[in-house]
Amino acid sequence: MTHRLKPNGRRVVPLLIFALLALVPAATAIGADAFVLSLVTRIMIFGLAAMALDLLLGYGAMISFGHAAYVGIGAYSVGILSSSGIDDVFVQIAVAFAASGLFALVTGAISLRTKGAYFIMITLAFGQMLFFLASSLAAFGGDDGMTLPSRSLVFGAPILKNTVVLYYAAFICLLGFYALCRAIVASRFGRVLRGIRENLVRMEAIGFAPYPYKLAAYVIAGMIASVAGVLLANQAEFVSPAYAGWQRSAELIFMVVLGGVGSLHGAIIGAALFVLLAEYLSRLTEYWPMIFGPLLILVVIFARGGIAGLLKAWR
Amino acid sequence: MTPTFAFIQILNGLQFGMILFLIAAGLTLVFGVMDFINLAHGVQYMVGAYLAAAFTAWSGSFFIGLALALPAALLFGLLLEFLVFRHLYDRDHLDQVLATFGVILFLNQAVKLVWGAEPLSVPIPDVLSGTIELSDGILYPVYRLVIIGVGLGVGLLLYAVVNHTRLGMLVRAGATNAPMVAALGVNIRLLFTIVFGTGAMLAGLAGAMVAPLLSVEPGMGDHVLILTFVVIVIGGIGSMRGAFVAALLIGLIDTLGRFVAPSVLRAVLDPAAASQVGTALAPMLIYLIMAGVLCFRPSGLFPMKH
Amino acid sequence: MTVPLLSVENLCKAYGALRVTDRVTLTVAAGELRAIIGPNGAGKTTLIHQLSGLAAPDSGQVMFDGRDVTALSMPQRARLGLVRSFQITAILPRLSALDNVALAVQARSGSSFRFFRDVSQDAAINTEALALLARFRLDARAASAAGTLSYGEKRQLELAVALATRPKLLLLDEPLAGTSHDEARLVIAALQSLKRDVAIILIEHDMDAVFALADRVSVLVYGAIIASGTPAEIRADPAVRAAYLGEEA
Repeated sequence: MTHRLKPNGRRVVPLLIFALLALVPAATAIGADAFVLSLVTRIMIFGLAAMALDLLLGYGAMISFGHAAYVGIGAYSVGILSSSGIDDVFVQIAVAFAASGLFALVTGAISLRTKGAYFIMITLAFGQMLFFLASSLAAFGGDDGMTLPSRSLVFGAPILKNTVVLYYAAFICLLGFYALCRAIVASRFGRVLRGIRENLVRMEAIGFAPYPYKLAAYVIAGMIASVAGVLLANQAEFVSPAYAGWQRSAELIFMVVLGGVGSLHGAIIGAALFVLLAEYLSRLTEYWPMIFGPLLILVVIFARGGIAGLLKAWR
Repeated sequence: MTPTFAFIQILNGLQFGMILFLIAAGLTLVFGVMDFINLAHGVQYMVGAYLAAAFTAWSGSFFIGLALALPAALLFGLLLEFLVFRHLYDRDHLDQVLATFGVILFLNQAVKLVWGAEPLSVPIPDVLSGTIELSDGILYPVYRLVIIGVGLGVGLLLYAVVNHTRLGMLVRAGATNAPMVAALGVNIRLLFTIVFGTGAMLAGLAGAMVAPLLSVEPGMGDHVLILTFVVIVIGGIGSMRGAFVAALLIGLIDTLGRFVAPSVLRAVLDPAAASQVGTALAPMLIYLIMAGVLCFRPSGLFPMKH
Repeated sequence: MTVPLLSVENLCKAYGALRVTDRVTLTVAAGELRAIIGPNGAGKTTLIHQLSGLAAPDSGQVMFDGRDVTALSMPQRARLGLVRSFQITAILPRLSALDNVALAVQARSGSSFRFFRDVSQDAAINTEALALLARFRLDARAASAAGTLSYGEKRQLELAVALATRPKLLLLDEPLAGTSHDEARLVIAALQSLKRDVAIILIEHDMDAVFALADRVSVLVYGAIIASGTPAEIRADPAVRAAYLGEEA
């Protein structure tokens, strides 16, 4: 007995995405440019962060404008630990989880007391606070950021040095957290979250106080994004305050909107479009944001619902 | 920290606060009346600075430069409104945030294309370039005092307009209940344009005023934008009084914090650690203050909306 | 009569100079169906807002089930069994009809901090929610997004949601407004079958339904209760006729 709405796209599109992603290293093995591998790794990393943000934006109607901060926390967990000689990736992830979870709990507890535009501006400000904290860590590169001594170790082995291994590490993280987010969205908790998104007063009238649910979602989304930071630091072998900057937060929102808010896998598509477009345009001209900016404006004004919305309009 | 030094820093803080107020006033007006989040407000400030720099270089006089930059900033703001913003008024905040972020991306590059990536500098006009002796031995640059004066003047003017004119009444009513104002048959489009134009002009004025003090460069509006958000969140969105009080507060804290934080910490830490923690803490101070205010007043110090 | 389920003491609320609730004192016994009637603008919905916790009164006291609930929030009151419906349809449009009802069941049964199990596997909750939908002949629409239901169906869904919370006292704000004749009969039958099990405060303009269903009727005019009594007494009350029924007669 299933009573859930499951249009085909819900299952087919994500399946296609992950099948395609799983096959990319095979394509590079038979001759495609090796650069593709690192590009798609980046896509998956940002896709992971954007997907976490979609949990807030699309399912909880919380417009968080400071989500890059959590990517920054993840990246600096790797940076700070590895420069102190702690290279184990699981320890780094554990620290990233703890730090991002704590930051999300404290800032979320304050931010979620406010509504609407206040929430947007406050999450932005808290994100910026973290950016300045990272910038002032003179011991860890300050403004300029810091080059990592090496990539993280997995059970003591430096296997992440291999780009294909790193690729699949990112792939497994993305797949795993996608499955987790899917489960959360379909769970009791997720249904409450979706209900709050639809009609807050209705939910209060049947006995749900929204605050703890929103806060829990906020913490979960922050922790997931921190894993993207751990991966990003490893890929770039570099950490920088710019990872946590507000422009990055805006880019993450753009990815989610581009791929369609509230579908989880849409965020991955959005991240792919974003990274590829930025890559392509930046080769075209040094002034590529002058094309990218207006494009963003046009997408917002004319393509409501992102790519998913456009596809729906076609059907 | 000597009293003299503290006094000068307080004046610097006030001067910075006045600049923040000029920018925040426009942003909070636009938000209050139009329920529109304009991230591009910071780049409008940057464009104001560039226009002042360009017109000053062209005319050879800062005053002519300023006189030309203000209407140019207004026209530029209205152009942005026509091209982009007016398509966003009936959209949700998410769309507004994204589209105006697109404007930031474009303009930060566009100024690079037009004026180059190198920072421009604008000389302080000769008449205002000296220092003035405030009391025995305390010298302070005249130009910074002028900025404080301009900020106060604009503040008084806005206060008078908002509280004692029909236009101001509509603005206040709009900030409290915009649909009601529209229902009363007021030409809401005209009201929006006036409010928006005022905001654009004030941001341009702020940019032009700081041009001789700071280097005029791409991205100079980004950090200021976020400080401005902090100001209007603390002050209460839509509230002019709140923007004024919060702007001065943030200006003072941000300026003084850099000197006070390390010296306060020196009481509990050794000097090296104190200076390190202090410099790390200082830029975070205003965000901590914001968090503190919001803990007790989630709608800011002077809330408008009901 | 034993201790009343709900007792409202001197409730007052004003918006500026306008008194929307004027020293309202009211008791409702367990299982009683109390109708509140009054002309438009009499403050009926505002009263429901204050009883349900959506709006705070300026002064006065609300006792429910032996507790002072005046300071409690709407979710807290709902969990105690004081549950309301809305005059303007309030559903969760993008969630299925089943999810709408199931959430209300979920609200009172077990924790909602469960992150992993798919709600479609939640047999106990779903069975109960389906039964409620069936009661309003909505079971065939269980999987449809609630936003796609007809207006009448949405009104019924809302009633099903309210019942799913297993209320002790139900505050119904015009449940018949906008429903078709057939749908109205379903709703009236449902209310009839609820009587004695659940106390109800019913705001309704359909006088036939009010006089058929209500045990007692209170008349609200300009925020104040001007009369309370059995339907027969109210019909005969000259003050009520002048203030209210007279307008329609």
